[in-house]
Amino acid sequence: MKLSAIPTTVRTTCPYCGVGCGVRAQVGQDGALAIAGDEAHPASQGRLCVKGSALGETVGLEGRLLSPMLRAGEGLHEASWAEALDKVAGGFRKIIAEHGPDAVALYVSGQLLTEDYYVANKFMKGYVGSANIDTNSRLCMSAAVAGHKRAFGEDLVPGCYEDFELADLVVLVGSNAAWCHPTLYQRIVRAKEARPGMRVVVIDPRRTATCDLADLHLPLKPGSDVWLFNGLLGYLATQGALDSAYVQAHTVGLGEALDAAGEAAFLAPGGREAALLDVARACRLDPQQLLAFYELFANTEKTLTAFTMGVNQSSSGADKVNAIINCHLATGRIGRPGMGPFSLTGQPNAMGGREVGGLANMLAAHMELDDPSQRAAVQAFWDAPRMADKPGLKAVELFRAIEEGKVKAVWIMATNPLVSLPDADQARRALEKCELVVASDIVLGTDTNQLAHVLLPALGWGEKDGTVTNSERCISRQRAFLSKPGQARPDWEIVCEVARRMGFSGFDFTAPQQIFDEHARLSNWQNGAGSQRRRVFDIGGLAGLGRAEYDALEPVQWPVRRQGEDTQRLFGDGRFAYPDGKARFVATRARLPAHLPDAEFPLVLNTGRVRDQWHTMTRTGRSVKLAEHVPEPFVDLHPQDALLCGVKAGELARVTSNWGTVVARVRHGGGIARGSVFMPIHWSGQTASDARVGAVVNPAVDPVSGEPEFKHTPVRVEPFGVHWYGFILSRAALPLREAANWTRIQGAGFVRYELAGRKPFADAAHWARKLLQVEDDDADWIELEDRNGGVYRAAHLVDGRIEACLFVSQRQDLPARAWLAQMFCKESLSPQDRSGLLSGRAREQGVDPGPTVCSCFGVGRDTIRIAIEQHGLKDAAAVTACVKAGGNCGSCVPEIRALLGEASIKAQ
Amino acid sequence: MQAIDRRPSLVVIGNGMAGMRTVEELLKLAPDMYRITVFGAEPHGNYNRILLSPVLAGEKSVADIMLHTREWYAANGITLHAGDPVVRIDRKRRIVHAASGLAVPYDRLLVATGSKPFIVPVPGHDLPGVIGFRDLHDVDAMLTAARSGGHAVVIGGGLLGLEAANGLLRQGMAVTVVHVTASLMNQQLDAAAAELLRASLERRGLRILLSRQTAAIEGDGRVQALRFADGETIPADLVVMAAGVRPNVALAKEAGLHVERAIVVDDTLQTYDPRVYAVGECVQHRRATFGLVAPIWDQARVCAAHLAGSGHRRYVQQATATRLKVTGVDLYSAGDIVGGEGSEDLVLRDRRGGVYKRLVLSGRRLTGAVLYGDVADGPWYFGLIQNRTDISAIRNQLLFGQAQSVLAA
Repeated sequence: MKLSAIPTTVRTTCPYCGVGCGVRAQVGQDGALAIAGDEAHPASQGRLCVKGSALGETVGLEGRLLSPMLRAGEGLHEASWAEALDKVAGGFRKIIAEHGPDAVALYVSGQLLTEDYYVANKFMKGYVGSANIDTNSRLCMSAAVAGHKRAFGEDLVPGCYEDFELADLVVLVGSNAAWCHPTLYQRIVRAKEARPGMRVVVIDPRRTATCDLADLHLPLKPGSDVWLFNGLLGYLATQGALDSAYVQAHTVGLGEALDAAGEAAFLAPGGREAALLDVARACRLDPQQLLAFYELFANTEKTLTAFTMGVNQSSSGADKVNAIINCHLATGRIGRPGMGPFSLTGQPNAMGGREVGGLANMLAAHMELDDPSQRAAVQAFWDAPRMADKPGLKAVELFRAIEEGKVKAVWIMATNPLVSLPDADQARRALEKCELVVASDIVLGTDTNQLAHVLLPALGWGEKDGTVTNSERCISRQRAFLSKPGQARPDWEIVCEVARRMGFSGFDFTAPQQIFDEHARLSNWQNGAGSQRRRVFDIGGLAGLGRAEYDALEPVQWPVRRQGEDTQRLFGDGRFAYPDGKARFVATRARLPAHLPDAEFPLVLNTGRVRDQWHTMTRTGRSVKLAEHVPEPFVDLHPQDALLCGVKAGELARVTSNWGTVVARVRHGGGIARGSVFMPIHWSGQTASDARVGAVVNPAVDPVSGEPEFKHTPVRVEPFGVHWYGFILSRAALPLREAANWTRIQGAGFVRYELAGRKPFADAAHWARKLLQVEDDDADWIELEDRNGGVYRAAHLVDGRIEACLFVSQRQDLPARAWLAQMFCKESLSPQDRSGLLSGRAREQGVDPGPTVCSCFGVGRDTIRIAIEQHGLKDAAAVTACVKAGGNCGSCVPEIRALLGEASIKAQ
Repeated sequence: MQAIDRRPSLVVIGNGMAGMRTVEELLKLAPDMYRITVFGAEPHGNYNRILLSPVLAGEKSVADIMLHTREWYAANGITLHAGDPVVRIDRKRRIVHAASGLAVPYDRLLVATGSKPFIVPVPGHDLPGVIGFRDLHDVDAMLTAARSGGHAVVIGGGLLGLEAANGLLRQGMAVTVVHVTASLMNQQLDAAAAELLRASLERRGLRILLSRQTAAIEGDGRVQALRFADGETIPADLVVMAAGVRPNVALAKEAGLHVERAIVVDDTLQTYDPRVYAVGECVQHRRATFGLVAPIWDQARVCAAHLAGSGHRRYVQQATATRLKVTGVDLYSAGDIVGGEGSEDLVLRDRRGGVYKRLVLSGRRLTGAVLYGDVADGPWYFGLIQNRTDISAIRNQLLFGQAQSVLAA
């Protein structure tokens, strides 16, 4: 008798947003994966959002890249690891030899584990000798990094999640936490329930789901945040709300900041009201609401200001961050429980990437590229042959340099820049021209991978092993609980292999804990020694962990200078990371977004996430559950703007900017002010024909941080005229070249396509059969055609089971998809289902009249029986007079007589 | 000696469904108004001719299909001369003469002579064993022929021909249906439905030859074979002519009544002679002649009202619906299925499921329906056609029948 393995539960960390929730994963005997929240994890305390809960649906191997692949001409072919690695190492070596180290680059991701990130950074900055390694975190929170460094002297988040619960005022700026950081949002919800006196202010141009919790929502004009917080600083100054003692003791530069903030206007005689009105006008806010917020802020000691993409993704992102931090420094509200500025990161390991120097302008372990002593320290630690000595290219610059031919080889890891970068068509042009494009990924079919010359299969969540750091500096283990599929390998190992092939020493790691150990030791290396600045990022206390200790590592917040240390908050002692220990005010002069709307592009595009999808949907897109919430890309705009643009809710619209075009369905979510439109970021060329919103986004960047301005692109919206709309549900994936527009949605046992077409079809049946790839004339094919009405519907069955169905219409009258979706769960359709299939909904059961007796009038046996009984009918003519039966051809009169006979016997 | 009956005399020529239905309706309105005399060519009471097919197929007995027994005539004071056909109408003297020499004067005359099968005039059409499918006599002849098995050929793939063929098949003969056009029941079905029907009938064992022209019926003293225009010959022990009917108008014509294709009547079913009415398959109303029962019931009601002197009704032609009485074949056709300028089609095809539905729309109304396989909603569609219901709100659900459409409306 075979004993089945006892299912074991593995504690790991969710791979989606920056909250970093703990997950308990259990692989059952049948291979099914059970996912639950980890109650022992401090970040989430047992809770998971809908994305995290659906992780089990996303780990299947369908669509995975499981073998190295090389491009030959148009096609890809499988290759051995040796071939693929030689190709990468050889290509890099040759290009470096001919054009220097700055001709190659790595573009990595906040999806990588810290260990992967560390090795990639070491490879580029210490061995290739170029700082051309940037990450998609550049698109996410590099503005926060820059703001932290300017204010605190190092990239440091002062507080922790507990502060959201301890605060009396939580200000959420440019954050739809309800959708983007759901478990943290739920913590705020519960805290507010427990302490109803707690106040929440949401500052966001959109009325998002997060506003449900808000006592006050300030729908500020997109991009006007610096006006708002400068105004706040000015207001606080005039109200005597500044903490002069704190400012005096722990900060530098308040005067310049107040000047920049326009304090003079506030201080002028009778100027306060005028200055407030100016701010309200600049931010397009109701002055009363503005004042209410200022008063609340001024009067609430325990104030936490959390900010995310709405602040960061701006051409003045770093200034916005500093304008917020200025207000906290000026009031001394930092470093103590329940208060402080708080940067919420987007990605699971954005902060881990920052720790190891994953950005092109950082070195490693929070050391600076342009500090010769720190450079020397790192070089000595690594025993590095060729240190980068100047900042490398930041994401947007990098892809420009690729297009210009300055960078000739790029290795992309765990990210999909053809979808996620601004001016994404430029990114495509760049990769099309690039001599060597290498991509490490877990899935095969992505927009980016289609242009790669070498594809390297990496491990995915549940397979890989390492650490991540969340928004509150908490280092958690991601642990493997699934076996490595195919030939996939961890990212760190792939980088090490290439490095060794390029002749580099220092890449002999055999396990992630060795890398983590080196990373921990580097963080402690010469830290504060000699003339060196004392770096706050120090996890020396985690150095020297053995494999077992590393595996058992509990979540811990850095710095961890000594073993057992765990740091909830920074700056409690008023000491910052600058050598003088003082924080810096930054004089933030408000400025307009880089590109302003005009007559040609009158609306402002804002982009963001939806609740149930993650990035470019390579994982969440596989979950049926997650597809339901927002199945299709959309453009949300105000109904009056829609009227002006001539677009209608439910129909398709084209959104065009100076940089590109997308097509999406119009909706009125109700949260959009006049002049703005919103689109989600998730759809790629794999999931929709024309909804890669990055193609429309302007490539302007923040001069300080290099973060692109995703939240502010002037666009115009026009009708996307189509002749018909339709949808397909199909068990098999289909190529859809025929449709003018399509979106692909994962269903349970099928794929759903929403379609629209421009060409009327002469022969709908022929067209549909071709589209659904039904060649066989004898196939079980049910169809409905209303040619003049422009309606065609068809279903293809195999052995009584539905294989695919298609519905098209020239009118907006397609049936709901839900009932049809259920049909795909059935092994065979009942006659009832079959007969109503093309109606798209359950066939209504009328009252059953029994078997038909009178065919001429469709009268059933039970109807006749009941009529005879109720009315005491005595002959056939009376039955005819009552229920019509027998009144035409008379064929059924004998049967009616028989029924009359039965009734009379019964009556006796 | 009986007292002299001074009531006016109504003579009915034809003891069939149309004539007797008119009498029935008349009796309801004015039971004692006329002395009524009925002449019938067949030696029976009145039976339901529509049900000859089930009798032939063995599904019903003759007793089942009798509408009016001799007792009924007696009970209602009607004089019946069954088996005594009328041979002449003397309109001047207002007397009808029967084959037996009987002469009966009339004040009102109702001509309900019906129709007779069209016998295709090919060589050999008069051979013994070539029959029509019209009355109980024909059914008897077929049942007799079937007893010895052998081959039957039915000429005509219309409603009647297919029912005859099915009956003969059920009686154990090898049956071939020969149809002159390319699709069966081309009056009632479109090509797609006809194709489904053909396949279904062939599965049941009928042999069906389409687009075939009969050149001759051959046989020595009795039918033995059928020869086509292309020279092919097939064996035949029985040939049933079901290639249409011809209204029986000879009597009316000889009497000088106005006859075109049939006896021309106005909206009150009156002929050109105000004392003479006509109903049923022998009449022509505004260019149309009739073969289905529903319009004839309407005619009977209108005609009876006028005979009864309460002449406020008009006969209005309505859309008609037909079914094929072949057990196991569900087929329903209603209204105008050809369609015309500006008409639109809604079509549902489920070949494997054996379902075909075509609805013909004209503007916002349903004007025709062909249903095959799933006919449950046929009467409902027929109602929509007759009531000229605006269906635009339920257009997308219409093909799925009443329950779904009611939901949509």
